[in-house]
Amino acid sequence: MGLPTTVFAYLVKRLISAVVLLFIITAVVFAIFFLLPRLGGASADDLASRYVGKSAGAAQIHETAVRLGFTDPIWVQYGRFAKGLVAGSDYYTGAGYDHCPAPCLGYSFITQNPVLPDLLDRLPVTMSLAAGAAFLWLLGGISTGVVSALKRGSFIDRAAMTTALAGVSLPIFFTGLLSLSIFSYGLGWTAPGGSYTPFQENPLMWAYDLLLPWITLAFLYAAAYARLTRAGMLETMNEDYIRTARAKGLREHDVVVRHGLRAALTPIVTIFGLDLGLLLGGAILTETTFSLPGIGQYAVQAVANNDLPKVLGVTILGALFIVIANLVVDLLYAVVDPRVRTA
Amino acid sequence: MTASTAPSPDTAATRGDALLRVTNLTKHFPIRRGLLQRTVGAVQAVDGLNFEVAKGETLSLVGESGCGKTTTGRMLTRLIEPTDGLLEFEGRDVTHISMRQLRPLRRDVQMIFQDPYGSLNPRHTVGTIVGAPFKLQNIKTEKGIKRSVQDLLELVGLSPEHYNRYPHEFSGGQRQRIGIARSLALRPKLIVADEPVSALDVSIQAQVINLLEDLQNEFDLTYVVIAHDLSVVRHMSDRVAVMYLGKLVEVAGRDELYTRPMHPYTTALMSAVPVPDTSRRTKRERIRLTGDVPSPINPPPACRFNTRCWKAQEVCRTIEPPLVELAPGHQVACHFPENPDGPAAGPVLLDTPRTRDDDATA
Amino acid sequence: MSQPSKPTTEASVAAQPDTSETGDRAGRRRRKSAATVNALDGIGGLGAPAPDSFLSVRDLRVHFPTDDGLVKSVDGLSFDLSRGKTLGIVGESGSGKSVTSMAIMGLHKPGTVQMTGSIRLDGQELVGSSPEAVRLLRGKKMAMIFQDPLSAMHPFYTVGHQIVEAYRMHNDVSTSVAKKHAVEMLDRVGIPQASSRVDDYPHQFSGGMRQRAMIAMALSCSPDLLIADEPTTALDVTVQAQILDLVRDLQSEFNSAVIIITHDLGVVAELSDDIMVMYAGRAVEYAAAEEVFERPKHPYTWGLLSSMPRLDRARIDRLRPIPGAPPSLINVPSGCPFHPRCAYADRTGGLSQSQRPPLEEKAPGHYAACHLTPEQRTAIWETDIKPTL
Repeated sequence: MGLPTTVFAYLVKRLISAVVLLFIITAVVFAIFFLLPRLGGASADDLASRYVGKSAGAAQIHETAVRLGFTDPIWVQYGRFAKGLVAGSDYYTGAGYDHCPAPCLGYSFITQNPVLPDLLDRLPVTMSLAAGAAFLWLLGGISTGVVSALKRGSFIDRAAMTTALAGVSLPIFFTGLLSLSIFSYGLGWTAPGGSYTPFQENPLMWAYDLLLPWITLAFLYAAAYARLTRAGMLETMNEDYIRTARAKGLREHDVVVRHGLRAALTPIVTIFGLDLGLLLGGAILTETTFSLPGIGQYAVQAVANNDLPKVLGVTILGALFIVIANLVVDLLYAVVDPRVRTA
Repeated sequence: MTASTAPSPDTAATRGDALLRVTNLTKHFPIRRGLLQRTVGAVQAVDGLNFEVAKGETLSLVGESGCGKTTTGRMLTRLIEPTDGLLEFEGRDVTHISMRQLRPLRRDVQMIFQDPYGSLNPRHTVGTIVGAPFKLQNIKTEKGIKRSVQDLLELVGLSPEHYNRYPHEFSGGQRQRIGIARSLALRPKLIVADEPVSALDVSIQAQVINLLEDLQNEFDLTYVVIAHDLSVVRHMSDRVAVMYLGKLVEVAGRDELYTRPMHPYTTALMSAVPVPDTSRRTKRERIRLTGDVPSPINPPPACRFNTRCWKAQEVCRTIEPPLVELAPGHQVACHFPENPDGPAAGPVLLDTPRTRDDDATA
Repeated sequence: MSQPSKPTTEASVAAQPDTSETGDRAGRRRRKSAATVNALDGIGGLGAPAPDSFLSVRDLRVHFPTDDGLVKSVDGLSFDLSRGKTLGIVGESGSGKSVTSMAIMGLHKPGTVQMTGSIRLDGQELVGSSPEAVRLLRGKKMAMIFQDPLSAMHPFYTVGHQIVEAYRMHNDVSTSVAKKHAVEMLDRVGIPQASSRVDDYPHQFSGGMRQRAMIAMALSCSPDLLIADEPTTALDVTVQAQILDLVRDLQSEFNSAVIIITHDLGVVAELSDDIMVMYAGRAVEYAAAEEVFERPKHPYTWGLLSSMPRLDRARIDRLRPIPGAPPSLINVPSGCPFHPRCAYADRTGGLSQSQRPPLEEKAPGHYAACHLTPEQRTAIWETDIKPTL
């Protein structure tokens, strides 16, 4: 197959548009957090009051507003923010300057530290959660979907699709709490939540701690993927090339997997990429339900504490993951479907 | 049913009896590539056609896939706008007229499509489908729309009771009749029929062909038929225009063309048609073209047929042959035409004496 | 195929093979019983298979149960085909021609179809034998090409990969050997630069090239039977001519039996030795190709010939279509299924309306299913039909 120039051009094109997209996202995120409140009537002092605590006087608040730059024109503020992303910036904490190295996603005045290191600390938790769950839901969802499609109308099909319907309908805090109360508190098979062991320390404990969150999260997604796979398989198994594969005398297993599933999986690749990107930005409900110290939980705490820079940081990280996921999906599409590659 | 428009008085006098005239008609679809969507080339779907359609006649456009016949049909009905050239209907330039100005033209020029499944809205009843043109053009008929629609259904051989049925309740042939009824609603002058019978079974094809002929006689219709089936084209047409890769290669009267094809491509096309006669298997001298039709993005230079033509010489690759009249009413675009001195002597096409053509009017 | 046969009725078709039995042992037992039935004579109007017959179909019935009723897509079909010969099956949509070919290939989904009768390929009974046994014949002993070569090839695999897959399924060779064979096959079917085009994807081929590649794939294991289902319908006429030539050449080279299924009488005339005209799931006429075109015996065949405009004849002013439309396969008309559309059905004294005409030998080797007497038939053909064609 090689890597013809068309693929290279396609790659470069996608990369450039990803960078442009990221730039637009930062602008939009910035506008949401800093411009909209001002348009909504909040003064620079109102914004600053969130950073100094409730006990501060008006003069102190105003001083903070000037120090944080909230009184500057909006484009100067965005320039400073963008500069922080690219080159890093220094934040005056009252006691002195604290450096926030590039890429600076923001600096929390409440906990007095840059946001990014916090996020990087918590990323492994969210990644472990997402990766494990993704593995389970792909395995469960796709195999269920294939079997359902092949046994269309049978008892297995109807049972699977009813379960899938329940899966997509039930909220995760319900299935999560239910499984916690049964498997952890009742039977004592799984970890009770709230703990996380890094993989490099003890892989078994890592899996033990995450097992229930994985299953709960995977159940939700597997349900959707089972339905998608089933619909895709029903369509592709009626294609002419399936009849050709059978006419060649291939084994039914090869017909289903190599010819049917191969084609049916293409749209699933797209959706999987986006789902995974979204999850890496924080599995908020799952992490909260199981008290996992991931990015989602971090975001929830930041919102509760009114810690705007942290929320902004999480938002931008999440957006980054989605853009990357999009990019990967586009490239993967070119790998999966030769018609994209060679057109 | 009073849906006729007064023809503009000057047309017939100034333009002879041509209902439709195209001059240098061209359609290039731009190909855009890259970040800035720059135009990097064009699909030269139709490239400089000149022809006329006389009132009451049937002109067929015939050719293989990619020859531009469907694009031409869509330009004639102004479903798409030509890139270049002139399109005149009844002497009026309609090449670039606006959507609003198109309204009266839509009344006079109607289209019948190939796919009787795809061209009828499955959620609408036959009554709604056939009656739609009246509503779109705000036309009140004497007897009311329902009665007029039922008349139309009877006209095309359906029962008036089919008024409230849905398209899926009909067979392919009946659906094509519904499409024909719809196109006739406004008493058009010109009907462009794009592969009107190619999706139908053999026994049904003949029914629809006969119906189209009857309607033409009854309403003095003019047809432009777009088709790939040379046997159907011969049966239906008065004149035939053969297209190859966006160009006209030969235009002639039906009998002239089928007895004396002059363009090598026309000869090859006719020779390739399988005929239901086993005795021809051995007897027939075949012309076999090699390869497929080249891409209209990069058509061969000069004569576009030169890559597949057994007669091609250097001149065919350097100078484009113009479409010129080599016999009365017979235009050919070729440097080395076949049968230049009269009808074909060999048994390439017809082995029955041509005189039978006149006898067979019964 | 030239054995005389006694008139036959539905009742003589006893002892349908039990389709619930599977396995080789059951297959062997069934072959014996099929032979017994043949000795009793006359399934579907044809006698016992000719000794040189490679494919014998006897009283094949393919029915599909649906919510609306039992769809009798094929209802009592019999024919023979020898090696090196071509059978053309002609019919309109819904006549059962494609269902027949899928039945021979064993491609109907089990459980959705009721199949009875007998299909014997080189002596081996296919109806009722295990799906696995039939699968091993597919691609090796019998192969098939389809109407639309673009949708019939998998878009995600190279042309070469798809040929290699077919070849390696039935031959124990390495991938590189199989690929060499694929290049040879592509070269043989006239694809230029086969050694580089073998790595192209189907969408990079033109329509004609794709159909050539399909043929290369079908012939990769040198099958004894090739079924071509509307092989040229999606192609341009100049390309169609090339493909028909190719099929003809390859057949004489491989000496395979070929079934070509089409609605186009011109295409069958080009290729076929024998022609079977199907209507509503049954054969209405079955004879050598010359016979069918020179002396057709069934009113439906007459209708087909009269309704098509022909390039090889003087232009006639008006086509003579068959009135009406093909019947529903759930409620097939009583008697002769063609009688509601037949201009001559009222001349049989009610027989056409009440009794299904058997496929009988009306002239040596020429079978037709029609109640008209020989005198009536000759009179109608000579005066009404032949002069107007």
